Amino acid sequence: MTAPVPGIEHRYSALRLFREGLRGQRGWTPAWRSPEPRRRYDAVIIGGGGHGLSAAWHLAKDHGITDVLVIEKAWLGGGNTGRNTTIIRSNYFHRESQVIYDASLKIYEGLSRELNYNIMFSQRGNIELAHAPSEMEGMRRVVNAMQVAGIESSLLTRDDVLAMVPLLDPSPYCRWPVFGGMIQRRAGVARHDAVAWGYARAADGMGVDIVQNCAVNGFRIEGGRVRAVETSHGVIEASVFGMAVAGASPELARLAGFRLPLLCMTLQAMVSEPLKPCLHHVVASTPNSAYVSQSDKGELVIGGGLEPVPSYARRGDLAKTREVLASVVEMFPAFSTLRLMRQWGGTVDTSPDNSPILGPSPLTNLYLNCGWGTGGFKAIPIGGKMLAHLMATGRHHDLSAPFGLERFATGRLIDEAHAGVAHD
Amino acid sequence: MTNPMIKPGPMICPFCGPRDASEFRYGGDPSVARPGFGCSDADWAGYLYVRENPRGLAREYWVHSQGCGQWLVAERDTVTHLVLRVTEATP
Ligand SMILES: Cc1cc2nc3c(=O)[nH]c(=O)nc-3n(C[C@H](O)[C@H](O)[C@H](O)COP(=O)(O)OP(=O)(O)OC[C@H]3O[C@@H](n4cnc5c(N)ncnc54)[C@H](O)[C@@H]3O)c2cc1C
Ligand SMILES: [Zn+2]
Repeated sequence: MTAPVPGIEHRYSALRLFREGLRGQRGWTPAWRSPEPRRRYDAVIIGGGGHGLSAAWHLAKDHGITDVLVIEKAWLGGGNTGRNTTIIRSNYFHRESQVIYDASLKIYEGLSRELNYNIMFSQRGNIELAHAPSEMEGMRRVVNAMQVAGIESSLLTRDDVLAMVPLLDPSPYCRWPVFGGMIQRRAGVARHDAVAWGYARAADGMGVDIVQNCAVNGFRIEGGRVRAVETSHGVIEASVFGMAVAGASPELARLAGFRLPLLCMTLQAMVSEPLKPCLHHVVASTPNSAYVSQSDKGELVIGGGLEPVPSYARRGDLAKTREVLASVVEMFPAFSTLRLMRQWGGTVDTSPDNSPILGPSPLTNLYLNCGWGTGGFKAIPIGGKMLAHLMATGRHHDLSAPFGLERFATGRLIDEAHAGVAHD
Repeated sequence: MTNPMIKPGPMICPFCGPRDASEFRYGGDPSVARPGFGCSDADWAGYLYVRENPRGLAREYWVHSQGCGQWLVAERDTVTHLVLRVTEATP
């Protein structure tokens, strides 16, 4: 089903581009409205990152619920969605994770068309390096688990890796010699802002209201239900609420009177000056705690592991920058001559088992989508769909059922602790 | 660390004085108390997994792992990363 985005004159197409070109580009309109929020909606979503906006779109598209408000404290995608390194893959170990992340990857494959918005999803393949026989054993285990689940993934020999990534240091005596690796060929990268904006535009086209620069500051709770949220634009009532605020989840939960098993930390990333194309795949080394890909603009997009301290700083510590860059230069000696253009950080909501929290909250009409930590960009299509399903039906979708908050008390954790460099 | 640009700022160990932050390791939330044996699953989950994690001033365990090895309690701002006070951790 494609988006019934308003009127053919608002659809993006080559024809429209051509027409606007002839008319001096004067016919473009904003991609979404910015209405003053009303006092009451059927559904309110807190957080205008990828997950919140995707949830709004799925409420409208899958469930026909269009009387929806998305409340964003700052600007759309200004949280982790606009700060991430955009790796999309589904090579996880546990079946619960494999099916949910692969469902997400599949939606990504058709998302540009579905939203009528080019999210620039480039399935260039994600290679993870092994530097020793023991690491190769671990990869064999993951690749087997993936293949048993019917998800494409394969092992690579040292020669395969060096042929695909010729800039890697081939010496067997370097600090991180290439021993082999694994690849998921359907994995890739997309344009992060476009994902947020595409969902926003499509949801708006179905009647969803989106308000930016509006923070939720409190909850009006009656008899274990949320009646309304207090915002910087006044009190807003709804029948059902969804919360997708990533690094602000523990704080908002506290305002709603409960606590979440999340720890907020800083994950940073950086980009080099732009280069001619030199690196086709996304290349990651978990043991060396670094990964790199080349953006369409030619910049090398570089990331690493978490900073090991609770933090809401939203800027990367320079000690970590140095560590990550040292790792990248060890693997790719040629990159040592590059200059760094930008470096930044985001506050990620890490969970004890590196898996998200999706499901009911202790309040009957408030549903949670959080705990994606360092790896939830890849899950935006499915995370929003799951939150919408919970909000519309009051029940779990089969895919989200294993990820409820209760798993921490029952002990049924989905431990993806070794799912990648900080499971990017 | 020779480049002053990449110094995260010193932390003051009550035993060793001001030392580079890279010598210290974060050691957890000191407010966590182990519940008794008869506690509920929910209380046990809270003990295992729920932490204070405030935005702003936090009380935290740290250990001077590359120095004297002493466990410490630091008052640290989780937004600015400024360390306001460090004392010896008492059991
Ligand atoms: C450096 C970095 C690299 C990453 N790399 C990858 C990667 O390669 N692949 C991958 O899959 N994932 C990656 N991630 C993780 C990914 O970015 C996140 O998991 C994902 O973007 C979370 O989306 P979200 O919509 O839940 O959160 P966000 O995009 O953070 O959105 C939450 C929104 O809620 C808003 N908000 C907060 N408080 C309030 C309030 N009180 N009222 C109203 N609104 C509020 C915020 O302003 C924010 O816009 C990375 C993260 C970082 C920081
Ligand atoms: Zn000391």
